[in-house]
Amino acid sequence: MKDLKDISPPKWATQLLSWYCKVELLEDLEGDLNEYFERDIKVKGVTKAKLIYVINVFKFFRPYTVRKPEFINTLINWIMLRSHIKTSMRSVARNKLFSTINIVGLAVGMSVSLLLIAFAHDLLSYDKFNEKGELIYRITSKAKFKEGYSSKFATTPVKIGQLIKEKVPGVEEITMLQAEFAGDANINGNFVPLTGFYAEPSMLRIFTLPLAKGDPTTALTEPYSIVLTETSAKKLFRAADAFGKTIHLNNLDYKVTGILKDVPFFSHLQFESLVSYSTIEPRIAKDPNLLKWGNVFQRNYAYILLQENANAFNVQAQLNAICAQENNLDKDAQVQLTLLPLYNIMMGDDLENSIRPVMPRIVLWVIGGLAFIVILSACFNYTNLSIARSMRRYKEVGLRKVIGAGRSQVRAQFLAESVIISLMALLLSFGMFLLIRPQFITIAPELLKMVKLEITLPFMLLFFAFSIVVGIAAGLLPALFFSHVKIITALRDVSTAKVFKGLSFRRALVVVQYTLTLIFITSTAIGYVQYKNILEFDLGFNTENILNISLQKNNPEELINKLKALPEVSGVSQSRLLTSVGNVWGGFIKYKGIRDSALVFTNIVDENYIPLHQYELIAGQNFITRPKTKDATSEIIVNEKTLKAFNIANGDPQKAVGEEIVLSGFQQVGRRLIIVGVMKDFHYGKLDSDISPVAFTSLTPDAFLTANGRDGLINVRVDTSDPIETMAKINEVWKSIDPVHPIEAKFYDDSIEDAYSDLSAMIKVIGFLSFIAISIASLGLLGMVVLATETRLKEISIRKVMGASSGNLVFLLSRGFVMLLVVSALIALPITYLFFEKMVLTRFPFHKAIGLELFAGLLTVMGIALIMIGSQTLKAAQSNPAEILKNEQ
Amino acid sequence: MKGTNLGEFEELVLLTIAALINDAYSVGICDELEKQTGRTVKLGVVHAVLNRLEEKGLVKSKLGEATQARGGKRKRYYSITSAGKSALLKSKEVRDQLWSMIPQLSLKRI
Repeated sequence: MKDLKDISPPKWATQLLSWYCKVELLEDLEGDLNEYFERDIKVKGVTKAKLIYVINVFKFFRPYTVRKPEFINTLINWIMLRSHIKTSMRSVARNKLFSTINIVGLAVGMSVSLLLIAFAHDLLSYDKFNEKGELIYRITSKAKFKEGYSSKFATTPVKIGQLIKEKVPGVEEITMLQAEFAGDANINGNFVPLTGFYAEPSMLRIFTLPLAKGDPTTALTEPYSIVLTETSAKKLFRAADAFGKTIHLNNLDYKVTGILKDVPFFSHLQFESLVSYSTIEPRIAKDPNLLKWGNVFQRNYAYILLQENANAFNVQAQLNAICAQENNLDKDAQVQLTLLPLYNIMMGDDLENSIRPVMPRIVLWVIGGLAFIVILSACFNYTNLSIARSMRRYKEVGLRKVIGAGRSQVRAQFLAESVIISLMALLLSFGMFLLIRPQFITIAPELLKMVKLEITLPFMLLFFAFSIVVGIAAGLLPALFFSHVKIITALRDVSTAKVFKGLSFRRALVVVQYTLTLIFITSTAIGYVQYKNILEFDLGFNTENILNISLQKNNPEELINKLKALPEVSGVSQSRLLTSVGNVWGGFIKYKGIRDSALVFTNIVDENYIPLHQYELIAGQNFITRPKTKDATSEIIVNEKTLKAFNIANGDPQKAVGEEIVLSGFQQVGRRLIIVGVMKDFHYGKLDSDISPVAFTSLTPDAFLTANGRDGLINVRVDTSDPIETMAKINEVWKSIDPVHPIEAKFYDDSIEDAYSDLSAMIKVIGFLSFIAISIASLGLLGMVVLATETRLKEISIRKVMGASSGNLVFLLSRGFVMLLVVSALIALPITYLFFEKMVLTRFPFHKAIGLELFAGLLTVMGIALIMIGSQTLKAAQSNPAEILKNEQ
Repeated sequence: MKGTNLGEFEELVLLTIAALINDAYSVGICDELEKQTGRTVKLGVVHAVLNRLEEKGLVKSKLGEATQARGGKRKRYYSITSAGKSALLKSKEVRDQLWSMIPQLSLKRI
């Protein structure tokens, strides 16, 4: 058996104890703990004894045992601060190359972090202007439908407002918001588009939205009351006073009962006007479809304000009870409602029917993580170079210690130096921040509406604090390193000191740095190639030169006829929606052989759509009849996948033509349709989803008609050599049809590009970061190479005298660094490859295999590194040995 | 004066120090208390009380000789001061006085 006497308590715990404990109490206390430890080993075993020892060390951390902070030392450090600053400035000035490398590297890394701080700050300041913001919640839904589809919605069933008012105690106020108020306001014959929310009077009490004019208690009470913001009042009435005026919109008259101060930029709710909810209440009450519990598709939002002493858990429990009750009554859908705190909306999940685009928290974490890596890399540079330079500062530190500097003073001095460098970097990074800010905002268009990235005083303070933290982080290791220098070694002949101590540590830092850099740049390369591939992907139909114009409730016939008259237009068709960009419209098909109906994606198109987009019909033909009403349609064209999914005619396209199926949508009863054509499979969804069953039905003049016009798209194929000229002509045609609204037209290829904008934004961000990471890593490497060659200059000269060629010397000097790069590449490339192959690209079933782009980044990084290493070592190798060897020391 | 009154545990510790005479150091006090009272006594509590008693001037301490045990650390021996002695006597007096006020009969009935 092992001798029990030899087992000692955990050393770190003993050190911790001696660190915090008062000197006069320490010895006795340590002894006591040892005595107990010895006892416990015998009774309870070694592991448990150690555990008890550690627990006891923590337990003795009490006011009477803890050492008072050593004021004298702190005081001296403060007094010395001036001296530290002076010597640091001298040191910075003396080593221009290293100071520049450090300052530039840190500045580049910090500018990215500044951007991120500004970005996060903006996002976090959303909705904070609400005085009672902490008590405000939005109700969100998680719905699961009979057909198997389930999703999370920002919207709620419309009847929840009434239910909460009746059944839930603890809710001070609730307002339903309906986001579908829109139309053209007629102001003395001028038509001005106006949008807004239908809102209850409580809206103005829940949110801090002060009225400039009008009575907040009654402004939203009467039906057909409208409250305008100051900006929209100006838009509608110019300089005239809008208050009390009447707005004629969609054949109804609205009275302006209030003027709202403009909604703050950092409000997730943005609107031009509020219309009293009582305006639409009668309409809602009459519509059984709207009142359905499972109907979360309408743009109805519920916001509640809790009573001051109310508990959100209790309210949530009440909501759960209501949901359970209603779910029992509704056979079609199960809805679970949750309270979402107001402050979490902007950075919450991306929900369906979101009232505005949000920035999911995870995105911020990812970008934050990447920025952290970049700044870490810059700190590595500092640490690395400072320690590598240590030989030159050994004597300084030794002398300081001789004249009485303690460890803490040496530490303070080196920390002061790194903080000074970091503050200089802050100045530079601030300029860079101003330069890259506009670039950053244009990465994604929605960012422009989301953040301002303005510089304010609290910001400046935050930046300042940030740079000090960075300075301390960068200088910590060198400070610790130098404070532990022993006087004797420092003052003895420097060459005998172990200057290359910590070499493996520094090498490890370089490897980490380059590994991260390579991962960044390789990801960018792979992402870019995949993105290009997605844009050029053959979707199964032709999108080239097709301009899609949103109908915006105008008469389609007139527009089509005028467009056809243009010589550049070679074809025009109509459709319900744009496919392949993420839009979906679904229906349910039932076929005789199969009991349950199943989901198919649909589009409603006219007879010109299929030829215009060059869909390939492998059996049957285009629509034959031209029905005049929805109910008269009798034909359907499906894709191959539909035949397989429903096993129609055993999947044989030729035989499937003529088969009858039943199609039903969300609000329609079944319609019997005959298959007249079968299309080759194509991509209806985005490329991150598989090909699914798709069916086209014929477009009739009464399809998707709303109260005052018709939505949908006009697809125009243009053949032109001068697209700007043609667009101008088309715009002219549009203006002759609709003078009020500007044309909303976009080429199909551009829409597809927009559909993947999040992908391109991500690539741009990572690309930018990889550029910065390369710059920093290269700077660091440059510093290391310069140092290594300078230190070995004499050795090189002697080798030269002995007859080594320049080539030999370059090889000798750069071998070590190249090895480091090779190790980095061996770590980085497999990681990146596996990450993409196993995690990212599996989400895109139609991706291209990763090819040579895997090595593109490596070549770039290697190229830059080799140029630097090569140029520096060559310089050293070509130096004149006589010059160098001439001077002793 | 605040602090002259003895708490129950303080009194016990003080009595133990007096009883152990020359062997009154923290762990020893702890063990003795455990033996006498039959309850678990935590070192941390005893330590804190010793520190408080010393602050109040009821005990004084000095470091002993280094030995092989305890990892070579010296023990701190406590001894009672005259202030400590009078505090103990005072509290005993109070108790005795109270005891004497209780008629024998009234206790027996309980």
